[in-house]
Amino acid sequence: MSVIPEGWEAVIGIETHVELQTRSKMFCGCRVDFGDDPNTAVCPVCLALPGALPVANEAAIDGIVRIGTALDCTINERSLFYRKNYFYPDLPKNYQISQYTYPVCEHGRIVVDVDGEPTVIGITRVHMEEDTGKSLHMGEGGRIQDADHTLLDFNRAGVPLVEIVTEPDIRTPDQARAYGAELQRIVRTLGVSDARLEEGSMRFDANISVRRTGTSELGTRTEIKNVNSLRSMQRAIAFEIERQIEVLATGGTVIQETRHWNETTGRTTAMRSKEESEDYRYFQEPDLLPLFIDEQWRDRVKASMPELPAQLRARLVAAGADERTAGLLADSPLLAGLFDAAVRAGAEAKTVASWLTGEVVAYARRVGTTVDELSLTAEHLVELAAMVAEGELSATAAKQVLAGVLAGEGGPRQVAETMDLLQISDSGAIEAVVADVLGEHPDALEKIRSGDSKPIGFLVGQVMRATGGKADPKMVQEIIRRSAGR
Amino acid sequence: MTDLADLSIADAGRGLRAGEFTAQDLLEATWRRAAVTEAHLHAYLVLDRDGARRAAVRADEELAAGTDRGPLHGIPLALKDNLSTRGIETTCASQILAGYTPPYDATAVGRLRDAGAVIVGKTNLDEFAMGSSTENSAYGPTRNPWDTDRVPGGSSGGSAAVVAAGSAFAALGSDTGGSIRQPAALTGLVGVKPTYGLVSRYGLVAFASSLDQIGPLARSVPDAVDVLTAIAGWDRHDATSYPGDVPDMGRSLDAGVQGVRIGVVSELMGEGIAPEVLSATVATVERLAAAGAEIVDVSMPSTEYALSAYYLIAPAECSSNLARFDGVRYGLRVDGGTVEEMMARTRAEGFGPEVIRRILLGTYALSAGYYDAFYGQAQKVRTLVRRDFAAAYEQVDVLVSPTSPTTAFRIGERSDDPIAMYYSDVCTIPSNLAGDPAISVPVALDGAGLPIGFQVMAPQLGEEMMFRVAAEVERSAGFSFRAPLATSEVTEP
Repeated sequence: MSVIPEGWEAVIGIETHVELQTRSKMFCGCRVDFGDDPNTAVCPVCLALPGALPVANEAAIDGIVRIGTALDCTINERSLFYRKNYFYPDLPKNYQISQYTYPVCEHGRIVVDVDGEPTVIGITRVHMEEDTGKSLHMGEGGRIQDADHTLLDFNRAGVPLVEIVTEPDIRTPDQARAYGAELQRIVRTLGVSDARLEEGSMRFDANISVRRTGTSELGTRTEIKNVNSLRSMQRAIAFEIERQIEVLATGGTVIQETRHWNETTGRTTAMRSKEESEDYRYFQEPDLLPLFIDEQWRDRVKASMPELPAQLRARLVAAGADERTAGLLADSPLLAGLFDAAVRAGAEAKTVASWLTGEVVAYARRVGTTVDELSLTAEHLVELAAMVAEGELSATAAKQVLAGVLAGEGGPRQVAETMDLLQISDSGAIEAVVADVLGEHPDALEKIRSGDSKPIGFLVGQVMRATGGKADPKMVQEIIRRSAGR
Repeated sequence: MTDLADLSIADAGRGLRAGEFTAQDLLEATWRRAAVTEAHLHAYLVLDRDGARRAAVRADEELAAGTDRGPLHGIPLALKDNLSTRGIETTCASQILAGYTPPYDATAVGRLRDAGAVIVGKTNLDEFAMGSSTENSAYGPTRNPWDTDRVPGGSSGGSAAVVAAGSAFAALGSDTGGSIRQPAALTGLVGVKPTYGLVSRYGLVAFASSLDQIGPLARSVPDAVDVLTAIAGWDRHDATSYPGDVPDMGRSLDAGVQGVRIGVVSELMGEGIAPEVLSATVATVERLAAAGAEIVDVSMPSTEYALSAYYLIAPAECSSNLARFDGVRYGLRVDGGTVEEMMARTRAEGFGPEVIRRILLGTYALSAGYYDAFYGQAQKVRTLVRRDFAAAYEQVDVLVSPTSPTTAFRIGERSDDPIAMYYSDVCTIPSNLAGDPAISVPVALDGAGLPIGFQVMAPQLGEEMMFRVAAEVERSAGFSFRAPLATSEVTEP
């Protein structure tokens, strides 16, 4: 992607919101379900009817403790809920229950790898809050400015939301993307959210400023909203860095403001100025008690941590996959699991890794499914790898067999037999064919005997043709040399 | 013969079970009384005639079938109109909630229904419980049955007026800074602010969440115990509700005060307290001493700042609690060109002046740059108040004081002077800041024939001791006066 010009440096921090897929909402018993008809998963609490009170959802608290633990955070034994006060029609109470001082998690870190260079990104805090409802602006354009009326759906109001805030440790759009991808992997591995950017269950806001290399003061920052994919975050940040440098380089000043990323134009545009920064009048939520997360709870979460993506990648590398392949495998728990099982059962790591990240992924893409839906098993891989190792299948034939297995045509041996791809590795059978071919080409044999190895290739070709390509060419060559006494 | 409407809850219960009359008779008597008194008082905002009749019929059927739900079975009760009632309009005496009917019952209301009570209707209040006179109602003031030129106190003035007038046997109110005890004092009733968390706030339209408590207004200490017992206890819908078992609060009503250590709060026994109130308080303390209590003078220096702290904390919380009234989902909507304009117009037209004053005060107190000086400082005072109480309770079992600095004042007398009005709560506010229980018991009439209330305060969950002392206060005072409106030959105008 974009290269930051010599002499400039970008300083980037990312705020991520993750919706937790708990059964019920953060502060009431309503179900968390996004497929519902509008305003059907609502109750007095999440509609903020007069007199309704919040009660914190323990499963959501467990979710944030899991996230915090995975991000190497300190889990505060005592944390507090606050009210963040602002008026907005899809915020039913006109305040959001959030956290301010004493969030659930603080001081974490995440390591991302860009082009083989590991970068540590500090996590300032991870706090618990609730989502808002959704405004549907009706009328041309779908934006609030040109709407003639707005519909409100409160099904999402009160869904548990975790906000993860980084230190301004990120320097490039690539790092930002790598951070987003790794965070998404972690959240998915924990099973607390499906973390889908396009559906909004994971959302990124990026704070960006630029400065001259070598200076330590921070420049004026802008906040970018509306990035709906990792790629658009990367593009938006790259654009914004370029824009700010352009502004500064031409003697202008960057205005502190929120900017909206437009995917179609590939530009950011000013949304609202933060000069009159909003005063949220935070104060401690009197309807909720302080949250106590004792050592037992923290230990229980720690003990139940799944293998995290970084650990998995390290293990895949140790098992013989290269860094890149390990990264690809780690993206899919299924592929990683297949790799793991196959290698443990004795299959050759490199071969299996290359099938999984090559043929298997390609096949899934070609037939328009996800790898999770394929019926491939580790046993298939082990069997296939064994057939290659034993010389029963050539590398090329193995890929054809794999395609057959993926298409549900049966196990590797069955497919190989049906497709007639098994190599003749019975030396007796090959020797007979070689003898025939040599008998037909006495001159070639003579040349070899006298030290000219050129006709060997020709003879191998003849044997292969006679066996319909199923003889192991290495073995054929060997037998020819032996027959010629070389 | 006594009018049924004037019976105590215990006597009404005895008569019901003896077959002398029915729950429907009690309800009829209540309605008859209301028909007479309401024209003078304007204490009810809504009478739920159909619902009440159904409940009374059911109460009779159940008793006949042998199902007895306890002391409140078949007893007509009233609710302050900031308690959510399923199917009955709940306005908080505000224009902004005109026409709003909750789809659910407040937990306390549900518990009254489960206890067999017959809900007569919803009573008037200062809008959103903000006030001490029930004059700040969008639907007009309520008058005091002892003197209809005077206020019944507030904000639970409607509940106080109906119980004092006999158009309900008891009522629920809410007390954020004295809103149950002060009107109880001004209308000759017993009023209880329980320990914070003892009664679930779920369904109580919030004014100041960290201070609000629901409690009873009743004509006697035992009646108050019965109502409070029915509504107390943990509720999964209120995270601040007390999770333990509720103590038997009425166990020691007859135990007397022999050896009980009673502290008189010196800061509440001087300046600003009307002489007749002061002398009635002193007389009550002397009677307690005569009954064997040990009397100690206790100083609570933080009391001086409690009122100021309260008028920062309560408005701050209210500014946030009342943000939800925006015209978007329910209640009043005044249209505007943009959504912000709609919200602003709705709130400007929907809220009365006192509510707007407190929202502005609270918004200011929480604003960046002012938070530390106002809200932060007020929280520190709150901590000091708690410490003062804790220190006091190391020496004494209960603390006592007047409930209200004066008896009932005239309608309009303090309307233009918010500070004078705020001062009505000077004796009651400390208990709210501390989260402690307190009760007001009527002990005497002043020269104008207006009731004087005496306050007993106890440490958290000290209701049993509080009621024990209150019962002695009640017995020794022999306060048997009734509001003229409930006793004289009042006719329908």
